[in-house]
Amino acid sequence: MSNPQVVQSLSMSEHPLKHTPLYEEHLALKARMVPFGGWEMPLQYDGILTEYEYTRRGVAIFDTSHMGEFMVEGDAVQSGLDRVVTQSIKDMPIKSCRYGTMLNSEGGVMDDLIVFRLAERKWMIVVNGATMEKDAQHFSQYITPKTIFKNISYQTGKIDVQGPLSREILKTFIHGIEKLDYYTLDEFILLGEKVIISRTGYTGELGYEIFFPWEKTALLWRELLKNDKVRPAGLGARDVLRTEMGYSLYGHELSETISPLEAGLEKFIDFQKDFLGKEVLLKQKGQGLKRKIIGFVSENRRSPRQDYKIFSRDLKEMGVVTSGTFSPSLNRGVGLGFVDAAMNLTSGEKIYFGDEKNAVGCEITKRPFYKNGSLKN
Amino acid sequence: MEIEEHYLYTKEHEWVYIEDNIATIGITDYAQEALGDITFIELPEVDNEVEQFEHFCSVESVKAASDIFAPMSGKVIEVNADLESGPGLINKSCYEKGWIAKIEISDQDETSNLMTHQEYQKYLESLE
Repeated sequence: MSNPQVVQSLSMSEHPLKHTPLYEEHLALKARMVPFGGWEMPLQYDGILTEYEYTRRGVAIFDTSHMGEFMVEGDAVQSGLDRVVTQSIKDMPIKSCRYGTMLNSEGGVMDDLIVFRLAERKWMIVVNGATMEKDAQHFSQYITPKTIFKNISYQTGKIDVQGPLSREILKTFIHGIEKLDYYTLDEFILLGEKVIISRTGYTGELGYEIFFPWEKTALLWRELLKNDKVRPAGLGARDVLRTEMGYSLYGHELSETISPLEAGLEKFIDFQKDFLGKEVLLKQKGQGLKRKIIGFVSENRRSPRQDYKIFSRDLKEMGVVTSGTFSPSLNRGVGLGFVDAAMNLTSGEKIYFGDEKNAVGCEITKRPFYKNGSLKN
Repeated sequence: MEIEEHYLYTKEHEWVYIEDNIATIGITDYAQEALGDITFIELPEVDNEVEQFEHFCSVESVKAASDIFAPMSGKVIEVNADLESGPGLINKSCYEKGWIAKIEISDQDETSNLMTHQEYQKYLESLE
C-alpha cells in the first residue's frame, strides 16, 4: 500500500508546533495528532466516520482553542473596525454574530472571521488559528490609536459543542442557554466563570461555541465528557461535516490570492460601506470574474481530493479541486473547487474530477450537499 | 497491531495466504489503521495478469487515497465483491472477510521476497 497522504492544511513545519490547553486531554484520549496551521491538533479519536455520526445524530465536542480572538472597544466606524472587515457591522444588534472576511489591498482574502457585537461599543473578532498573528498585525495597523485593541487568543480556550442534542445537554448546567438563537451570543455562568457562548459552529448542526479561560479549558472539557452522550471529535470529522455543508476552509477555498467574489461570499460583503480591498472587488464585478467556486457530487463512492484536476463534460481541463471528502450522508464523494468562469457552468451539469488517466464523473450541485442539518432548530 | 501467523507480508503492508497455487491477498491491520475508515475500493479485474509489487488496486478512505501492490505475480481468479458495497469490511476484518482478491500464482519462488509474520512484526517495530 502506498503511504496514505492525509491532507493537512497550512502545516508550518519550520516552527515548533503550538499546543492548545487541551493537548494533554487529547493524548490521554489516545487521539491521532497532526500538524494543522502551526498547531498540533487531534485528527481523530474513535474514527472519523464514528465522530461524524456523533455530531450528526447526538453531540460531539471539538477543541477549537487554536482559533484567535481579538477584543475591540470603540465605535464601529471611528475605531477603524468597519473598514477592516467586509460585512456590515454598524447595524448589528447587540449580542449578535456576523460572518465575513478581511481583505488585503489586492482584494484577496486574508481571513474569514466572525464579528461578535458584545455591547454598543464592544466587539470580539474570531479568526482562524493559522492566520491569527498576521490578522492581529493587520488589525492593529488599521484600528485607530484611541481604540482599545487586544489580542486575547492565548488567554482564550474554545470548545465547540455541536449536534442535535447539544442544547439538551448544555441546559443541564448552563442556565438560560436554551434561549440563545442562531448566530447570537450571550454571557453565561459556567463552572463559576462568566463566559461568552455563541450559537455558531462549522458543522451544519445545532451547536454552541464556548469561549473559556485558557488555563481552565481542560476542566470544562472533562466536565462535558462526564456525560456519556458527549463524545470528542477531531479535525477529520470536522472537515467532513463542513465539506458536506459546503463551507469554505481558509487555505483551501480562501487565500490571499482568492477574491471573496470568486469564493462565492458576495452576500458577506457590504458594498454600501468603505472597506479595504473594495475598489478591486468593484473592478472584478465590472470586468467579470476569471474563476468561480463550484460544488460537485461524485457519481459513486470515489472522493475528490485537494489538487485533483476538474474537467469539462468533453474532458478539457478547466479547474482544480480545493476540498474533497467522502460524504457519509450521500454515500458519495463530494468536493469544492474553482473552475474557469467562462465555462458558464450550472447546477446539474456533468463534469469530471481526477487526472487524465482516471477521471471520475460528478454533477455540479448547489450547496449545502447535506440538507437535513439541525443548525436552525 | 494484529498479525496472522501462516500469512506472508510485504513492506507495503499487504498480506498473502497461500494454499496450493492460490494466493489470497489483502491489506494488514497496520494498513487499515493507517488509512482509517475505508470508503471505496477499486477491485482488480478477474483474468488480469499482475506482477509482483506492481499496482494491483486502489483504496480510498475518508481522508486519503492509496494504491495497493500485488504481493505475488499471477492471474486474478476471484475478487471479493462484498467490498464494493461494504468496503468498511476491510477495517472490521482485514485478514478474513476483508480479503481483496485471489490469484493463481505464476511463480512460487517469489515468496522469498516476502516476510514471515515474525519478520513483519520486527519490520513494524522498526517503523515506530
